[in-house]
Amino acid sequence: MIRSFVRSREAILLGALIALVLLVESRFSGFASPGNLAAVFNDTAILIMLALGQMLVILTRCIDLSLASNLALTGMVTAMLNAAVPGLPVVALIALAVTLGVVMGMVNGLLVWKLDIPPIVVTLGTLTIYRGLIFLISDGAWVNSHEMSAAYKALPRAELIGLPVLSWIALAVIAGFAVLVNRSALGRAFLAVGGNPHAAVYTGIDVGRTRFAAFAIAGGLAGLCGYLWVSRYAVAYVDVAGGFELDVVAACVIGGISIAGGLGTVGGAVLGALFLGTIKNALPVAGISPFWQLAISGAAIIIAVAFNARSSAKAGRLILRPESTA
Amino acid sequence: MSYSIDMTDQIAGATDPVLRLAGISKSFPGVKALSDVELALYPGQVTALIGENGAGKSTLVKILTGLYQPDAGRIELDGAAVRFATASDAAAAGVTAIHQETVLFDDLSVAENIFLGHAPRGRFGLIDWARMRREAAAILTRIGAQIDPATPLRELGIASKHLVAIARALSIEARVVVMDEPTAALSATEIEELYELVDRLKREGKAILFISHKFDEIFRIADRYTVFRDGQMVDAGRMADVTETQLVEKMVGRAVDTIFPQRESVPGEVVLTVAGYAHPTEFADIGFTLRRGEILGFYGLVGAGRSEVMQALFGVTRPARGAVRIDGRIAVIRSPAEAIAQGIVYVPEDRGRQGAVTAMPIFQNVTLPSLPRTSRRGFIRMAEEFALARTYTERLDLRAAALDQPVGELSGGNQQKVVIAKWLATRPKVIILDEPTKGIDVGSKAAVHDFMAELAAEGLSVIMVSSEIPEILGMSDRVIVMREGRIAAEFDRARLTPETLVRTAAGYDRKGVAA
Repeated sequence: MIRSFVRSREAILLGALIALVLLVESRFSGFASPGNLAAVFNDTAILIMLALGQMLVILTRCIDLSLASNLALTGMVTAMLNAAVPGLPVVALIALAVTLGVVMGMVNGLLVWKLDIPPIVVTLGTLTIYRGLIFLISDGAWVNSHEMSAAYKALPRAELIGLPVLSWIALAVIAGFAVLVNRSALGRAFLAVGGNPHAAVYTGIDVGRTRFAAFAIAGGLAGLCGYLWVSRYAVAYVDVAGGFELDVVAACVIGGISIAGGLGTVGGAVLGALFLGTIKNALPVAGISPFWQLAISGAAIIIAVAFNARSSAKAGRLILRPESTA
Repeated sequence: MSYSIDMTDQIAGATDPVLRLAGISKSFPGVKALSDVELALYPGQVTALIGENGAGKSTLVKILTGLYQPDAGRIELDGAAVRFATASDAAAAGVTAIHQETVLFDDLSVAENIFLGHAPRGRFGLIDWARMRREAAAILTRIGAQIDPATPLRELGIASKHLVAIARALSIEARVVVMDEPTAALSATEIEELYELVDRLKREGKAILFISHKFDEIFRIADRYTVFRDGQMVDAGRMADVTETQLVEKMVGRAVDTIFPQRESVPGEVVLTVAGYAHPTEFADIGFTLRRGEILGFYGLVGAGRSEVMQALFGVTRPARGAVRIDGRIAVIRSPAEAIAQGIVYVPEDRGRQGAVTAMPIFQNVTLPSLPRTSRRGFIRMAEEFALARTYTERLDLRAAALDQPVGELSGGNQQKVVIAKWLATRPKVIILDEPTKGIDVGSKAAVHDFMAELAAEGLSVIMVSSEIPEILGMSDRVIVMREGRIAAEFDRARLTPETLVRTAAGYDRKGVAA
């Protein structure tokens, strides 16, 4: 029943997303055109990937607030390296970005695993540290478009069968995550560790190692997105993606990933990110002031959380029925 | 008004009870915890509540203190019917409980703990700290506790925390004090101090309900007794009119009323040998063998260290010393994963916390430790996964709408079956069942017992940790009784009576028949 409810929650979210698109379309014709929807998807691609990484971490009852700092630091490293050695192949830069991201994720994971520090504290710390490192390596200077090689900037925008490579990468990550979460032992371990850490221990699952894996994978995605972000916007500076970590958490929450862990789906995370992305794309079109845009995004998050809280409360009441009616 | 249980008091001319429960019943999904129970508590007297684990004592305490609402029955305070809808209702009526594990706040001061929820207020409704400390100090002095009210609770030992809990009980003008195994964690001198305190409370006219497993203690301080068995009140009366033997008989019951499977057990070669097993704080000198096809019962009071030994065997905790051999070879078990790989599995007692991932579907729970077997090149094969889950859930006669139903929606008995199915699917050599039928209904219990017998017949070795005497007697080939972290005795089933079990577990044999 909970399972079918989760399914219907995704259905509700999909319905809300379609309604949102149609609402904007009714006022501003052309918003729902395939071309524009593809553009919205492309704009949301990075949010989707980070939300998927964050989802794994949240599934294990942790949280990673350092994802945006990780993204900004790897982005800066690839941009500076590209500016210094323009001949370095982009593939090598991407490999470096992913590796660097994984290492930063592993640092988070190790601190949570071996020192048993609460994840929110660890990643609040690394959020600041990673962001500070950008300043240290760049001296606060920007890497601008003209310093980057053409190949560096071209990859995410290159079109392949009608979609930019950025979108294709996001689609590949979504597919990979669907397999990881639904069809691999590790994916099952994420759900088990968050659903009931004590039971997971008795099942032979190493809770710390599983959380470590979640942090490492999320970090790797943040690294990949670091390159994609900087090359797409063709600029790297200290404050790249500042505050973006909260959008990522918000996308997860809207997508029905339970902050308490153990409950969430790839589809939910993707829809949550798309919902937030659509709002962010539609509001400027509707000519709504940026301040109202923030308030509306915030309201969407609170409504989603209230909705999720209600649904889990209902499940609890059902189990306890004999007591509450007594 | 009828005084069915108080005839002797009418004759003896005792005062009326402060608190009386009549016809109290309480059910949980699948379990009847209390059935038509009576209890009377008298001013200035200690009533001992006696019963095995699972007899319904804790449920009764929760009803008394307003945490649970009874399904039926009356609670009378000074002869007038009352209803304790919440814990604060019960507290306002003067009923207070001191729990086995003290429910206090480590980071607050002693005074704050004593007055939490009913602190003296000054002007503007703010807490009057000076008065609170003064009154806390007065209460602490009254009970003879030398504790500074400003001390953070964290800095106190268990015995002092108990005193704080008692001070808290007194701070709300309690008339009825419930003490739930108050001596379980105390040393001998601390226990003596507690007895003195109980005497003092008696002199102040408090009615005391004293829950304990220790007979010497009950005979030392109680004036009356009430015996519970399987959620029913079996007997009540005055301590002066009863002997220890009679109490034990009432508690365990003469008849083993559940029907257990008939087993022709032919234990085979030794599968598991444990020698010199010890842990710095939890157990010592643990040694035993387990044969193929044998059911070995582990009996003892709660806190005797049985589960701790099993958790060490399963690699959850690390023992300090000792050797484990499986099939004659030394086995090194450092984690549950290694235990599972060596053929030892453990079905924990606490289903909710340690057993199942309740938000996960049944089939995923069952296959969780067996995923390598249902995977090809790292990918889970759903068809094989379902087949494995179906095989074992059908063997256990699991009642569920569908295998993709979340485990949380199942009844307690069926959740237990899912957990057992999960472990059987790993094809173990030794299965450790910790309180396998605790809190499940009679029908499911019988199914679990039948299945246990079947497993043993198939050559699996079973260790059954149980606090239910009928289950221990009905299922085990051999029984090991643990007491205070050590093995107190080992018995063959043939030589075993309920009385010996209870006496060995409670350590009564040590002191001789003194009563």
